[in-house]
Amino acid sequence: MTRAMIEAVGLHKSFGDTHALAGLDLDVAEGTILGVLGPNGAGKTTAVRVLTTLIRPDAGHATVAGIDVVRQPAEVRTRIGVAGQYAALDELLTGLENLLMVGRLYRLDSRVARQRAMALIERFELGDAANRPVKTYSGGMRRRLDLGAALIAEPPVIFLDEPTTGLDPKGRLSMWELIADLARSGTTLLMTTQYLEEADRLADDIAVIDHGRVIARGTASDLKRQVGGERLEITVDNPAFLGAARLVLEALGSGPSHVIEDERRVTVAVTAHDGVLTRAIRELDSAGVHVDDIGFRRPTLDEVFLSLTGRPAEETVGIES
Amino acid sequence: MSGVSWWLSDTVEMIRRNLIHIKRTPELLLDVTLSPIMFVLLFSLVFGGAIDVPRVDYTSFLMAGIFVQTIAFAGIYTSVLLANDLQKGMIDRFRSLPMSQSSVLTGRTFTDLLRALLAVAIMWAVGMAVGFRPTGGLLPSIAAIGLMLLFGFALSWIGVAAGSVVRAPEALQGVIFAVVFPLTFVSSAFVPTASMPDWLAWFADRQPMTLVIDAVRSLTLTGEPGPAAIPAILWSLGFLVVSLPLGVWLYNRRTTQ
Repeated sequence: MTRAMIEAVGLHKSFGDTHALAGLDLDVAEGTILGVLGPNGAGKTTAVRVLTTLIRPDAGHATVAGIDVVRQPAEVRTRIGVAGQYAALDELLTGLENLLMVGRLYRLDSRVARQRAMALIERFELGDAANRPVKTYSGGMRRRLDLGAALIAEPPVIFLDEPTTGLDPKGRLSMWELIADLARSGTTLLMTTQYLEEADRLADDIAVIDHGRVIARGTASDLKRQVGGERLEITVDNPAFLGAARLVLEALGSGPSHVIEDERRVTVAVTAHDGVLTRAIRELDSAGVHVDDIGFRRPTLDEVFLSLTGRPAEETVGIES
Repeated sequence: MSGVSWWLSDTVEMIRRNLIHIKRTPELLLDVTLSPIMFVLLFSLVFGGAIDVPRVDYTSFLMAGIFVQTIAFAGIYTSVLLANDLQKGMIDRFRSLPMSQSSVLTGRTFTDLLRALLAVAIMWAVGMAVGFRPTGGLLPSIAAIGLMLLFGFALSWIGVAAGSVVRAPEALQGVIFAVVFPLTFVSSAFVPTASMPDWLAWFADRQPMTLVIDAVRSLTLTGEPGPAAIPAILWSLGFLVVSLPLGVWLYNRRTTQ
């Protein structure tokens, strides 16, 4: 096994009565991407802040590139790049000035910093905006520049805290491409996200966390097997049909169905695609159920949580600090 | 490179950043340009005729007061600028970089020293235009400026401590106004303290602003340091010795939470 470039053992961190981390264990092998998946308030940001030396854990132990984050934070900082949900950029400086400043603070030679900054601006398609103050940037441009700042010293370990939260679909896709590029370059990456799709697409391995602890760990397909792959979802045109629809779907699916009465919707996990849709339509029809809409979709984070913990992911926006 | 030269180059980087901020938002300089000019003009032209001071022309008397008042405000204003910075994500970026962490603070206080120097230069020129005559000579004038900057630098570190504690920069403006403003008036800045009620004069004579103002006034007008110079230097150094480590400690505490 390759060595762990990021390792956390039993991390605890409390803010007052909130236990942000309650015995978190993580490890990321060199050159791989770990997706840390969890709802708001699960402790994702706190974990990143501990691993990037911004805060000290109350208990537990963590190393990055083999170096202790509490005992030798300055050493750790020479080996990491961080980009986050709240792009840490100087609003009044231009994009280029931001990159140059961060590069020089990483102790790069001025000339090297300039070369890399120009290359990053090119690669991240910020050429037209390079000499404009960041306050004029769109959300997507900020994230790309923020990622550029994290990469300028070409550190072996990168932390991305919810890199696409709040971005529009176009911005999200372009961030995904950049992150996938990084992965191919052999950088070790820890990425937090609230989106199952994002973790699925980019991460080699996924750790699902809740209440400051890892509750499931594995590859995307491991997790999907655990939570039952895709969903077959139907919307009936009258709540009266819900009962009958439910019986039909449970016969087809791989687990219990989930009914949302207000939206006249029934969902069930399915293991295979082949013929399921046709059978569903035929059987719903013969049961006399009038269907408004029917289709497959990927499980949401909520459903992953429902399967793993037996309850939905709580929305606890604002607790994470 | 050694630790000291890293600290120095990071501090220069931080000063560069602060100067770009000033270039992009010049209104950040209003407190050290327009307001001191207004003070010089208002006091010398409006009150000048009504206030009599012994031995010298009122404008010449006034200038030391305006200098030190402006320097004090500029120094304490460090708190607002730092608190603004702390509200934004940039400090997190700095803290994740292998830079000298204290350079964020030294960059801030040295930039504010430059702001103070700019303020003195502008006031000096405007003062000369309305009758300020620094008859003490060149070297004592330079010594006076040095003393003011030392005092301002010390107050900047008090600003660092205050800015690290306060959550809302807006709250600081009120506190500054409520504390620093009265202190500048209950001093020898605008009138001789002898004209105040005895109990107030007792306080005014002993507070550090008066001591710095008296020393600056004596140096610029007579060329002599006068009796206030040594206490003024001691007060400034005392502020610095207490507020520098306190400021660094409070800043670290704030940013590692």
